[in-house]
Amino acid sequence: MAKVAPELQYSDEHEWVAREAGNLVSIGISAVATDALGDIVYVDLPEVGSTVTAGETCGEVESTKSVSDLYSPVTGEVTEINDAVVADPALINNDPYGAGWLFKVAADSDGPLLSAEEYASKNGGEL
Amino acid sequence: MTENYTALYEEHKKLGASFTDFGGWQMPLKYSSELAEHHAVRQSAGLFDLSHMGEVWVTGPGAAAFLDYALVGKISAMSVGKAKYSLICQEDGGIIDDLITYRRGEEKFLVVPNAGNAVVVAAALAERAAGFDVVVEDASATTSLIAVQGPKAEEILLRLVPAEQHTLVTELKYYAAVEVPFTFGGSTEELLLARTGYTGEDGFEVFVANDSAAALWQAIAAVAEEGELIPAGLACRDSLRLEAGMPLYGNELSREGNPYAAGLGPVVSLAKESDFVGRAALEALKAEGAGSTSGRKLVGLKGLGRRAGRGHYPVLKDGIVVGEVTSGQPSPTLGYPVALAYVDVEHAELGTALDIDLRGKAEPFEVIALPFYKRTK
Repeated sequence: MAKVAPELQYSDEHEWVAREAGNLVSIGISAVATDALGDIVYVDLPEVGSTVTAGETCGEVESTKSVSDLYSPVTGEVTEINDAVVADPALINNDPYGAGWLFKVAADSDGPLLSAEEYASKNGGEL
Repeated sequence: MTENYTALYEEHKKLGASFTDFGGWQMPLKYSSELAEHHAVRQSAGLFDLSHMGEVWVTGPGAAAFLDYALVGKISAMSVGKAKYSLICQEDGGIIDDLITYRRGEEKFLVVPNAGNAVVVAAALAERAAGFDVVVEDASATTSLIAVQGPKAEEILLRLVPAEQHTLVTELKYYAAVEVPFTFGGSTEELLLARTGYTGEDGFEVFVANDSAAALWQAIAAVAEEGELIPAGLACRDSLRLEAGMPLYGNELSREGNPYAAGLGPVVSLAKESDFVGRAALEALKAEGAGSTSGRKLVGLKGLGRRAGRGHYPVLKDGIVVGEVTSGQPSPTLGYPVALAYVDVEHAELGTALDIDLRGKAEPFEVIALPFYKRTK
């Protein structure tokens, strides 16, 4: 069963949010999502300096089998993207909560987020 | 729709497969990573459960003449032991299914249709058999099919075959089949072994009774050395066949399409003397230049960027829709996106620059020769 990292918050669209210093958050996609997608071969991330809005699409994740929209779980300005996953998208499958993080946002506000317990029970994940 | 389960379903569960519905069957999509499974087949070997495929036996004095009538190829010209790729068409030339026919005797043939079409094909054959001295028997429900595909396939399977019978396997030609004794599960069974596949690699397909399927599956896995063979699911089967430029029924082939547009003109024998179902319509399609000077044609597209086209995405020339993608994904072996698409014949020339409409963004592709991938022998 897909692992759900207990220290993170999650959106219904399977993005995770990790709190860093101040209002800075890093964002990625959950192992539930990577399991469903299969091997990821391409990722399209928002540009640094652009504004993302909670609940709206801000990029795409493409696997061998399908293309899925990436939704921002928060509203704010993108401060950094993970160039390593753009170069090697397999990092997202291999380490979705670590080296496979996608981008960081200086968040003005959050969209609706679930606790790890809520997300796991809703999506059949394992804490 | 009732879900069907193959005799190997419990094996797949034990291996931690993720399942998908395919043609009404719960089939393993992948066991671990579909990319790893794809590369294993290209570089070493993969083990597939294809028990969802149909098996229809056609026997009797009129069997060869009957199949000449029911299918588009000249089946009567096959020698015993050979296999042949063919199509079963409607009166209007539309494709009911693509299938492989094995000649097992002068009056004995095995027809293997696709999973989702097995019932329809068995019914169509039974219906077309009226007036021929044949018996059509659908053995799909009791027959399993296990494939070992990849450059190490022969070496691995030989470990289950008595040494004095090895030449049966080593001398078996591509698109041929032979009964081979396999030792597994504590006994020896004669099984029909075919050198066929849907991956673009060397490989075999073994027909086995449902009761023996799990024991054979386990035996093949057990004789393979560490890292030599892994179970492989339908996800990699799809990417492997796409690289090999092989059509998939439901994507490239349909009742609405025709063999000429699909590039399968050579499979249709208009030269055979006897009548066959679809003949008049196929002669007319050929005369009007279907797939060469009129209509659309199936082509291979190579992506010049990193994004892949997917089924049903429009194909554009200068912003105008000139075709539609039927299958597409990033090619794991080649490292660039590939797609099969039907495009208007005037834009089907090799080297033609086309775009695929990727959800509103035009991504550049080029028409290239099929297959995308060909193994080095």
